[in-house]
Amino acid sequence: MSKLAIEAKGLTRYFGTKPVVQQVNFTVPVGSVVGLLGLNGAGKSTIIKMLMGLLEPTRGSCSLLGVESMSLGPDERSRIGYTIEGHFLYSGMTVRAAEALQADCFPKWDSLLFQTTLQRFGISPNERIRNLSRGQRAGISIALTLSSQPELLILDDPSLGLDPVSRRALNETILSFMEPGDRTVLFSSHMLDDIERVTDRVMIMTEGRIVVDSSLPHFVSRLSVWTCECSEPLDRVQIAGLVSRRQVGRNSSFVIVDADEVTQKELYRLGGNTARQEESTFDEGVMAYMSRSRSAASLMSI
Amino acid sequence: MRYRIVAGSNVPIFRQIADQIGRAVATGDLKIGDSVPSVRQLARDLVINPNTVAKAYSDLVASGVLENQPGRGYFINKRRQVYTKTERLRRLDETIDLLISQSVALDFSASEVLDRVKELFAQKLSVAPE
Repeated sequence: MSKLAIEAKGLTRYFGTKPVVQQVNFTVPVGSVVGLLGLNGAGKSTIIKMLMGLLEPTRGSCSLLGVESMSLGPDERSRIGYTIEGHFLYSGMTVRAAEALQADCFPKWDSLLFQTTLQRFGISPNERIRNLSRGQRAGISIALTLSSQPELLILDDPSLGLDPVSRRALNETILSFMEPGDRTVLFSSHMLDDIERVTDRVMIMTEGRIVVDSSLPHFVSRLSVWTCECSEPLDRVQIAGLVSRRQVGRNSSFVIVDADEVTQKELYRLGGNTARQEESTFDEGVMAYMSRSRSAASLMSI
Repeated sequence: MRYRIVAGSNVPIFRQIADQIGRAVATGDLKIGDSVPSVRQLARDLVINPNTVAKAYSDLVASGVLENQPGRGYFINKRRQVYTKTERLRRLDETIDLLISQSVALDFSASEVLDRVKELFAQKLSVAPE
């Protein structure tokens, strides 16, 4: 068994009477890059805050690097890098001053890595933070987190509002961080292209639950898209493994997980010779899971 | 040789890489014994997860296009058939299916298509002997 960087067991959090995260179970082995996807309000940030020990779970538990999140001490925290959503920085500081402040808190500070990361984002250390673009601020906040040489990196929506050049720099930074092989990254994002490029595992959340937890190649290969001129009202169609349904002009479009001969027969029954399988993309698969109505029928976990 | 990939395509990234190498072998841009970039190098160049490149290479090893020489890297292999006759036919038919539907859509007759295939076949093979 490989070691686990992250583990969540029955993780649940209510805000008042509203369940925001419900019975979430997952593990992230050391050495993987995991993308956490979900609509706004799906519960991604709440999970991340609980992982970091900033928010107490209502039920269940989670741990980072083998230590229960609520009892992470300074030693463990110095081995974990975390950037909060929105890249908060003191805007009056120069980049250099921000580095000095951060470096004091971490024993293994790598100043060279900080410089390299700044260069990737095209930032000079003498700039004042308030004069920098959003992409550059993201760069600083990533550089500040990485240069403490963490073993585990948790990024809450790091690509929010970034231009294409900064996004590329961010992807490069994450991948070069992973090169030693014994490090782990979990990041949430809405940038599906970046997730497809960088991660080797995806988790998708809807309404506080994890509905997909899969390796990236499996995720795409297990999904298929079918269209037909459907003889039944769309909302009454029942097909095993149905993830989502959509009307496109005269055609009904179905995204199905693990389609087999039975699926095919069912589609020919519904649509006769108008039934056909279409090519599916990673984006389509993600959309299908995000927009699906709540049903336990077609969860995916590998 | 320059590799290119796009995210968000209906072809997964690992297959885009495998297809490009397969095509380069077919056209003679990559010859038997040529090396391909290391997994790490290609992942860095394309800004993608190294496991994606590793998957492309291991698929190419499985289909006989690449050979892995541990410690030295991946090389273009002598052409050898790893598929059964039935599987080879199935794969060929898949491609021909596409060709037929395109030909019909573009209003080409079967004999026009056949002539064109023969012509291009000869052209490609004269560029890439063996």
